[in-house]
Amino acid sequence: MTTLEDTQELLGRGNREGAALFKEWFAELDETAKTGGLAAYVFVMGSINEILKTFDLPVVFPEINSLQTAVRRVAHEYLEEAEDYGYSPDICGYVKADIGTQLRGGEHPMAQIPKPGITVLTNACNTYIKWAEIWERMYRTPMFTIDIPGTRQAGGQTWRGNPDFEADRRYVEVQLRELITLCEDVTGKDFDIDKFREVLTYANTMSRSWKRILELNQARPSLFNALTDGTIYLGVANGLRGTEEGARYFERLVEEMEYKAANGIGQTIDEKYRLLFVGVPCYPIFRRFNELFTDWGGTFVNSTYLWFASGGTNRGFEYDLGDPLASLAEGILISVRDAMDSMFHQNVALADMAQNFDVDGIIYHPIKSCRTVSTGLADSRKHMTEELGIPSLFMESDMMDRRVVSEAQMKNRVDAFFEGLATRRQQALADPKVR
Amino acid sequence: MAYAAGVDVGSTQTKAIIIDEDGSIVGRSLIDTGANVVKAAESSFVTALAEGDIDEEEVEYIIGTGYGRYRVTFGNSQVTEISCHGRGAVHLFPETRTVVDMGGQDTKAIAVNANGEITDFCMNDKCAAGTGRFLGAAADALDIPLDDLGPVSLKSTKPVKISTTCTVFAESEILAWIGKGKKIEDILWGVHKSIAARSAGLMRRVGINDEITFTGGVTRNVGMVKALEDRLDKHLNISDDCHYMGALGAALFALDSVKAGRAPVGRTAAVTS
Repeated sequence: MTTLEDTQELLGRGNREGAALFKEWFAELDETAKTGGLAAYVFVMGSINEILKTFDLPVVFPEINSLQTAVRRVAHEYLEEAEDYGYSPDICGYVKADIGTQLRGGEHPMAQIPKPGITVLTNACNTYIKWAEIWERMYRTPMFTIDIPGTRQAGGQTWRGNPDFEADRRYVEVQLRELITLCEDVTGKDFDIDKFREVLTYANTMSRSWKRILELNQARPSLFNALTDGTIYLGVANGLRGTEEGARYFERLVEEMEYKAANGIGQTIDEKYRLLFVGVPCYPIFRRFNELFTDWGGTFVNSTYLWFASGGTNRGFEYDLGDPLASLAEGILISVRDAMDSMFHQNVALADMAQNFDVDGIIYHPIKSCRTVSTGLADSRKHMTEELGIPSLFMESDMMDRRVVSEAQMKNRVDAFFEGLATRRQQALADPKVR
Repeated sequence: MAYAAGVDVGSTQTKAIIIDEDGSIVGRSLIDTGANVVKAAESSFVTALAEGDIDEEEVEYIIGTGYGRYRVTFGNSQVTEISCHGRGAVHLFPETRTVVDMGGQDTKAIAVNANGEITDFCMNDKCAAGTGRFLGAAADALDIPLDDLGPVSLKSTKPVKISTTCTVFAESEILAWIGKGKKIEDILWGVHKSIAARSAGLMRRVGINDEITFTGGVTRNVGMVKALEDRLDKHLNISDDCHYMGALGAALFALDSVKAGRAPVGRTAAVTS
């Protein structure tokens, strides 16, 4: 029987433990920087942490470092430093905050950030490539780009057994073998296949758990806020992928969510409107942005961010330890493609998500400094609202740059959106044919 | 007799409307908002009361709208001006299905149903290009009164093309055209056409229907009405009350509450911004 103390310990545990793990991760980076150790620079869409952790390489996610400067309200200092150097205001805010960090010798509000010893990236975002080239020029860092063949057309994802898929998988596997050789050169260590299997086992636990957690949020009331709580979970999913601590964290998070689901404990007492979030969060006013919606009883039950910023691990793909490298290639192909598809071919998945999560509306948040995630959103909105009849709000700001974040204008749009939802609900009560 | 009121605190001007139980306007006021938003809301309400010869106690429900809606401290609740313009437009022109509201710092395209309820909306993002402020910048650059902009622009025979989308840069572009010897009316008509093009773009995003009502302060500008009608190749519904449309919509929502004894779709006064 669960006691009151057990319940109190369980609720919010994921947030508390996530914050603690985050601190430990940055403490490791700080130590690495101060001792001159090697660190790998990676990105959220295809970090290839499974190989890097096999070589015990601490991982730096510059995207996460950058968004942390915005959450901690100092991003403008870093952006201005990069712009003073010569970067245009229109360039990705994540890139510029990282440039600011590099120009400051790694000084960051969370830790001293080590310089890159090796950079590993995929083509999931075209900016990744140009970004890594900056470090290559700055530090002569070895840069390894993994070319992931994307989905050929909307809804055209292929799977194991399909000849195209098998050819693509082999193409990725060959690149992974080259990466292993590079890691051996950089670290001076031999590749340890047993350790690799252990890392994959931890990653499997995390993927399985992450998929389960996302599914559990279909509960009514929803169990966690996909925008605020979800971002904490994402931090652990990225930074600690393939580690024992990361696997354990996610097992315990499943336990917390299953308990909440079984006992009908939602993220809020009064869940009036269930919402999907599409895009990247507004980090300069992260909490306040969320409150604009929760003030009206709106809750975010899922988001595309929880797919692509987890590198597509939301699919829950588990590696076959009997053929680990081939299986890693397959997993990367599936998950990175899924991350890319969440930006480029999102309509089908969004429609499923809207139905499975029984949503009342979709919030599209295109961001000024990232055209990659923002370009297709107008089409997506047209599809979801005009063809499927799901109300939506289209509201642009930025994930980093407070100069283009206007809270008063946002509030006006959000309030009008909820007034529309309220009207729609009143109509539905009067005429059940109106959804 | 029971009355209901709407107070629309906009970025440039504050409007108040008082209606009776039949929805007829019995009092109105229009003042500059200025720096003291709370005072502007109070003054406009008091002026509207005086115009209608109505005691404050007779007004049973008051709704604040506009950017300063939470500063209508004597109001019972708040509704955004987006909902209010839609409601007011359908009240005055019942067949309205698209509303374009051009105010001091933003332009909104609003799709409405037969009940005046919002089905979709779209606004200019962040900058003031395509809004009343753009016209204000042109008036400053050309040193002519705001009220003369429309009539002067209609004299144009060879309009220039204003290409900038930035309100601040528009001023330097206008000066450049003056430097090239272009006539003021041709420059002004170019400014109006530029704003009309941006507004039409917003309207396309929510869908342009046959019956369009133009609301907001810029409706007083005859040049803007013509430029928008030319661009859309459609007639626009206009009336003297269009300037007050936000306040009128707010008053109509307030009247709903008086009649039904229920809260409107907006926020209750207990919730602050």
